[in-house]
Amino acid sequence: MKSYIFRISVAAGLCLVALVTHDANAQTIAITGGKVYPVSGPVIENGTVVITNGKISAVGANVAVPAGAQRIDATGKIVTPGFVDAATQLGVQEVSAVNNTRDMSARGKDNIAAAFTVWEGLNPNSVLLAPARKEGVTSFVVIPTGGLISGQAALVDVVPGTTTDMVIKAPVAMVAEIGGAQEAGLGSRGEVIVKLREILEDTRYFQAHRDAFDRAQTRDFSTSRLDLEAMIPVVEGRLPLLVSVDRESDIDAAMRLAKEFNIKLIVGGGAEAWMMADKLAAARIPVLTGAENNIPDGFEKLGQRQENAGLLRKAGVSVALIGNAGGGDEEAFNVRNIKQEAGNAVAYGMTWDDALRAVTLGPAEIFGAADRVGSLQAGREGNVVIWSGDPFEFTTRAEHVFVRGREYNDKTRQDMLVERYRNLPGTHNTPTP
Amino acid sequence: MRALRCLLLIGVGACASASPQTTSKPAPRDSAQADVARGGTSVPNADPFPSTYVPFASRTTVIRNVNLLTAAGPLIRNGAILMQNGKIVAVGATVDAPSDALVIDGGGKYVTPGIIDDHSHLGVYAAPGGNALSDGNEATNPTTPQVWAEHSVWPQDPQFPRNLAGGVTTLQVLPGSANLIGGRSVVLKVVPGRTVQAMKFPGAKYGLKMACGENPKRVYGSRGGPSTRMGNVAGYRAAWIRAVEYRRKWDKWNADHKGDPPTRDLANETLAEVLRGNILVHNHCYRADEMAQMIDIAHEFGYKIRSFHHGVEAYKIADLLKKEDIGASIWADWGDFKMEALDAVKANMALVNNAGARVIVHSDDPSGSQRLNQEAAKAMEAGAEIGLPVSEDQAIKWLTINPAWALGLDDKIGSLEAGKNADVILWTGDPFSVYSKPEKVWIDGALLYDRLDPSEQWRTDFELGFVPFNRN
Repeated sequence: MKSYIFRISVAAGLCLVALVTHDANAQTIAITGGKVYPVSGPVIENGTVVITNGKISAVGANVAVPAGAQRIDATGKIVTPGFVDAATQLGVQEVSAVNNTRDMSARGKDNIAAAFTVWEGLNPNSVLLAPARKEGVTSFVVIPTGGLISGQAALVDVVPGTTTDMVIKAPVAMVAEIGGAQEAGLGSRGEVIVKLREILEDTRYFQAHRDAFDRAQTRDFSTSRLDLEAMIPVVEGRLPLLVSVDRESDIDAAMRLAKEFNIKLIVGGGAEAWMMADKLAAARIPVLTGAENNIPDGFEKLGQRQENAGLLRKAGVSVALIGNAGGGDEEAFNVRNIKQEAGNAVAYGMTWDDALRAVTLGPAEIFGAADRVGSLQAGREGNVVIWSGDPFEFTTRAEHVFVRGREYNDKTRQDMLVERYRNLPGTHNTPTP
Repeated sequence: MRALRCLLLIGVGACASASPQTTSKPAPRDSAQADVARGGTSVPNADPFPSTYVPFASRTTVIRNVNLLTAAGPLIRNGAILMQNGKIVAVGATVDAPSDALVIDGGGKYVTPGIIDDHSHLGVYAAPGGNALSDGNEATNPTTPQVWAEHSVWPQDPQFPRNLAGGVTTLQVLPGSANLIGGRSVVLKVVPGRTVQAMKFPGAKYGLKMACGENPKRVYGSRGGPSTRMGNVAGYRAAWIRAVEYRRKWDKWNADHKGDPPTRDLANETLAEVLRGNILVHNHCYRADEMAQMIDIAHEFGYKIRSFHHGVEAYKIADLLKKEDIGASIWADWGDFKMEALDAVKANMALVNNAGARVIVHSDDPSGSQRLNQEAAKAMEAGAEIGLPVSEDQAIKWLTINPAWALGLDDKIGSLEAGKNADVILWTGDPFSVYSKPEKVWIDGALLYDRLDPSEQWRTDFELGFVPFNRN
């Protein structure tokens, strides 16, 4: 399925922090009377959130509403940061069965595609963005998949415009998949680690012998110059390595490797992470996982259980909730269901506050963007959701969704279809905006 | 983190269904065997792999102080239910508890009928997966009505006990959707069994899985066809033409027993039983226009489609589904993964419901099947959002009596009414809350799952040693 050769258009290793453009005419908005969950601090009953020029400017119980502000009464409502989906192919996959709408995987060389910057293929006009935002997801981490080293992930906001407009931070992680030797084109688990070690050692050597490399006086490397360049921030401990891994022994092997090379590790998937929760906590390794899968649906996931996220959190591990049940819940179409994932996490042992954190500030911290998104505090992007009730409950609606201070309530493609067929036989004319 | 895998499952694994014929009495084994002796079995109710299910030990049980969503009437608040000898004996504000009854105080929790999933591939795509356990698509020919899903079911699939813990008490296991006609389904009780026969729902009708659209043409496009939707339709019609002829010959021989019986053909035997109304058609079909064409084909050959499965565009023809009395076995919010799924809307269930057609919440997924209550809840909210609120009394039907009807079992299961099988769930709270889970599940009055008691939690043979369920 990997049928693309990617043009590398961003110098590998360059950390691109977008200059967010704000609507010059953005209003000041004051959300008053709601039960405010800043996540970075204690809940505020009857709190006020002020957004000015796209950024949160004040949050508290006794905040004065600036003159001329647009007031939104949130009495009886719950106010949270916009939700952050920590691992998705939203924007790089439109229709999964249509190949030329799939841009999440690089072919690479020998399944190594460290230089692959997945956000280059992000489609800001994807019709799936608006449904996610409509249900409260205002940011997401778009991650590459496949191969041994899949490429680099980015954190973006769900705003209209270009990819440049959307990006909050890129890259936020290097992604590797080490759970299966076959997918990496290798023979066994041990060989996957050997290959990773070779790449890491080559990266160090390359970094120290750049001049020799340019004079063609170095030995052969395991991968290309651009891949090695891209891996430098990883071996320097500046860019986390997000490994998609499930089996306890595979997590352990990844941890040994990370320790050996002083790499910042993030575990993704982590079906059996609960088995070594204490060790992950001690090593301060965060885990991205879900709360809906309990099926031993692979020999590497025999210990999979819905309590995983709760047990990890209880042990002190930093957790971000992602869709993990397969079958459709984690598809780009259903990024909107991370709130259901959070509700299930609570049903299986996580505290409600921790679950909220695991879909807001948790992922923001894990990906080094807590200064931008994930909490309600002055200086953060104006990504705010007003919910009609408990955001994890099915009867709750995201009544107002702000991203960078602008409210979005545009009709989604699905809304337009419903409108069209609400009364059969339906209509066929251009919908009203 | 697993998008690719999903695609594969949905592409080939998903979709199928049809379930056997059911009569309230066991099939007339003696006469069927007599026909075999004469050289024929192409008769109604031939049952070569009969159910050996025996209800598990039960005791007379009363659950009191509970809210009952009965699927047969309005919510009964602070009511009670009596189960005895495997049946529901009484449901109401109060029931008389026999002296030997185990009385459970429900503490204001909820009781519902057992959930019925009419679209499952449990056992035929068993965990832990892989080629060795991939037994759902006989993708060697686009028309395989001769295969029976039950011959692929692995009773030790660890997904079965998880389904039970999710409140599913009956499920229809279907062949996949690679083929135009995929084969017979089987209706199972979600119970431990050494054999699939021990799980088979006694007397349940078989179903026939058919599939429209992208899957068959994708699978066979480079293998001799069909490679187009028009090729698909020609394939269905050719099969039914053969089946009509086969049925005519056998009906004649069954009537007069003159001469040698016609040659048996397993494929046509199944299709002839559909034409006789003894097997129910479960048709995987996404698009509105294709569903309408399948209805025309059914009219042409004189069979009924019992339910369309997946039907992401059911809302576009909800009036037609109502008129034809065809069920819509659908998801709350899956869509987009292929072109024919592009027009999925979350309000599908609410819109179909509003048109008066029969909504069935199905899964096609071993994980989603464990949370069909949550799927219904999402669809309820989607309805409320567009001004079509759905009551809990109605939504519980989507999970119970409607799929029971789709399987032809609505006289036995699917509601809390005296005389029905005692398939019952005690929930930890309102079943449409994300925080609620089945606490106890009874099948035929026997307690088969208790969340509070690990000794009442079924573990398959496979799990022993492999699954670290005792480690914390």
